[in-house]
Amino acid sequence: MTGLPDSPRRKDPTRRTRQPVTPPGNRSREGYGLAAMAAAGRFALQCCASCGHVHYPPRQVCERCLGDRLEWRDVGTGGTLLAETTVRHANDLYFRERLPWSLGLVAADAGPSIVAHLGEGCARGGRVTMSLQIDRAGNAVVVAAPENGAPADDPRLRELVFDPANRRALIVDGATGLGRSLAEALLSAGAREVFAGFARPWIRSPDLAALRATERVTLYPLDVTDTDSVERLAALIGDKVEILVNNSAHVRVGGAVDRRDFNITRQEMEIHYHGLMRLAGYFGPVMRARGADGPWGAVAWVNLFSAWALANNPVMGTYSASQAAALSLSHCLRAELATGGIRVVNVFAGPLDDEWHQLVPPPKLTPAGVAARVVSGLRRGLEDIAVGAVAEEIVQRLAENPKEIERAIRR
Amino acid sequence: MSRTPVACRSNARSTYEGVAVCAPVTVPYERYSIRSAHWICGQALLRLLGAAEIDKDEVDGFCISSFTLEPDSAVGLMQHLGTSPRWLDHIPMGGASGVIALRRAARAVQAGDAEIVACIGADTNHVDSFRHTIASFSQFANDAVYPYGSGGPNASFAFLTDHYMHRFGARREDFGRLCIAQRRNALAVPHAMMKRPLTMEAYLGARVIADPLRLFDCVMPCAGAEGLLVMSTDRARALGLDHVGILSTIERHNGFPEDPVQTRGGWARDVDSFYGMAGAGPEDIDLVQAYDDYPVICFMQLEDLGFCAKGEAAAFVRDHDLTAEGDFPFNTSGGQLSAGQAGAGGGFLGLVETVRQLTGQTLGARVEGARRGLVSCFGMITYDRGLCCSAAILGRPDA
Repeated sequence: MTGLPDSPRRKDPTRRTRQPVTPPGNRSREGYGLAAMAAAGRFALQCCASCGHVHYPPRQVCERCLGDRLEWRDVGTGGTLLAETTVRHANDLYFRERLPWSLGLVAADAGPSIVAHLGEGCARGGRVTMSLQIDRAGNAVVVAAPENGAPADDPRLRELVFDPANRRALIVDGATGLGRSLAEALLSAGAREVFAGFARPWIRSPDLAALRATERVTLYPLDVTDTDSVERLAALIGDKVEILVNNSAHVRVGGAVDRRDFNITRQEMEIHYHGLMRLAGYFGPVMRARGADGPWGAVAWVNLFSAWALANNPVMGTYSASQAAALSLSHCLRAELATGGIRVVNVFAGPLDDEWHQLVPPPKLTPAGVAARVVSGLRRGLEDIAVGAVAEEIVQRLAENPKEIERAIRR
Repeated sequence: MSRTPVACRSNARSTYEGVAVCAPVTVPYERYSIRSAHWICGQALLRLLGAAEIDKDEVDGFCISSFTLEPDSAVGLMQHLGTSPRWLDHIPMGGASGVIALRRAARAVQAGDAEIVACIGADTNHVDSFRHTIASFSQFANDAVYPYGSGGPNASFAFLTDHYMHRFGARREDFGRLCIAQRRNALAVPHAMMKRPLTMEAYLGARVIADPLRLFDCVMPCAGAEGLLVMSTDRARALGLDHVGILSTIERHNGFPEDPVQTRGGWARDVDSFYGMAGAGPEDIDLVQAYDDYPVICFMQLEDLGFCAKGEAAAFVRDHDLTAEGDFPFNTSGGQLSAGQAGAGGGFLGLVETVRQLTGQTLGARVEGARRGLVSCFGMITYDRGLCCSAAILGRPDA
């Protein structure tokens, strides 16, 4: 936590909360290709399938051979800093509030020259490492940092990631192994305070008991199927939540043909879909309004989804479907929170090694393993995080042939 | 991309014999205007007609450059102005537009496709319109430049200046020398935006805009227009108009795509054919007007057009007096750095001033006895470098 601004102080209630503004968001269709790479933490540029020439900025035609098959391929992150400047006058409101702003022109080892946000410690003529990050408007930007240097802790570039350090997080369901691990991982990452919800006080949860005994953790009743419950908690702590982690889950086995139990499917939708909607409706507005509330303003909304939100697993068919519904809603949430600069992070996890996935074959994940990936993803500013071999495979196979996985997932 | 630059063969090109350039006009600059670009173009045309004492219908060709006519192009402008030309061109090449309009118009006149072509570079500048212009300048800029600090051309030229200074050892004082000389030239020009002399102390101590650029390295966007007429020398004589001829022109776009950072412009590819066509060399030029939205690009033009070797412009500027009275008259009306940048009008400023100087119609100081003038244009940083380069040598009929 070195190099951070002074630790957060109590807000002066007589002062106006700074209104969130976001960086320029106008991108071309090709330009959004960078967002897809940044969302997954890749550094990929367009390479011509015919001649191999590497391009930047994105385009539709190869400048060398006029080929039109430009494929996004991972390329080396290294480069040499050709020139630098510090902008001290900007017309755009977002940058105007954040001046001075450092930029570099980098000769990428991969070929093209790239205009990049410049982290502290880069020297003209020196080596830099580039990464693709997502800015507060939700668009991809290139960031250059010193090669072999410590990760830059530049207050301006902190806006591109969701470092839990000094921030307060709400774990929607603290009464599970995953909820507990998430709380513990966030605290180890420097979170100032963790609020953990629990829906059913009559269930004895060793995880909740452990959290109750943990410093900097406060437990609150929170049932995402109960609108009043969500509204009550939002009124109580909504303006303190800088990172919201929605890990509520209702894992059941069954499909559409053989079960005919609508109580289960209704409950799945209540928790996954309507639950997300209730949280969005009561926590969303205040988080969006606090997107620029000091150096530790609200930053991220994290959804813990099953990887089967991406591709239906018929063994847990209605569960997968309700997860897909929630995933679609998360894209709506992403668009709505974007005006406040709040980023929506979707985690796609493979099956956990818990009682609800008893009949699912390995590989399976530990709660601590998932939590660690969530925290590292937050620190990197990722948008889509596939956790575990099952999830990674689904993402890759979907990109290659969605019909293949639709069929082969049965086996 | 291994590509051997191919210079054009000057001996294969037709001369511009029989073409006259005349009637240089300026619509006085204003920092902000509530008028549209259409109005400013109309004012420019009115002044052209007045200067040549001809009717609107006698102008049968137009070459228009403007960033702020949108959603119109030159086409909509013709209906707006009630003109029915038989030849029309719209040159969207920003700072390089002036010379490019000139060479297009000259060929049209030579071929008989038009008799009198009005070339106009005009833009308005509303409060906040500059922000809109740079916020959607090009696809590459939208995707890969503007989201990085939104500095617009200031940031792009900061890179080029930073790199140039460290590669060639130029100092801020060297750029200052050029800016100060131009300011001295501008003080005699009534419509120049900058009215006060510039001292080295003020130049060096000015507010930083984007390191290493400070306030007086940057042009001030404004509203205004520059224009002139292209016609046959016979017609010009019949109308009793002082005129000049075109000895040579070049244009080049995206001249050196392999250069990782711009240290030269497309002029460097064509400089031999440029002077070859004119039958003259740099030593035969009496005055130079170079595109000057930032001083570093003036340095590159001095080098690429053969006035000194690459990297030696700083020494050149130290060794010469760039004022209109000096031994190297340069941007004699003050250039955009002192007069203001009237959008695409800035791409015509040097051209119009050259015609003024060679025909003795200057608004400010005159370079006595000047016979040949070189004008060089540069424009359109759509990503990391300026893409459009053009240049022309104009001469008095006796040159």
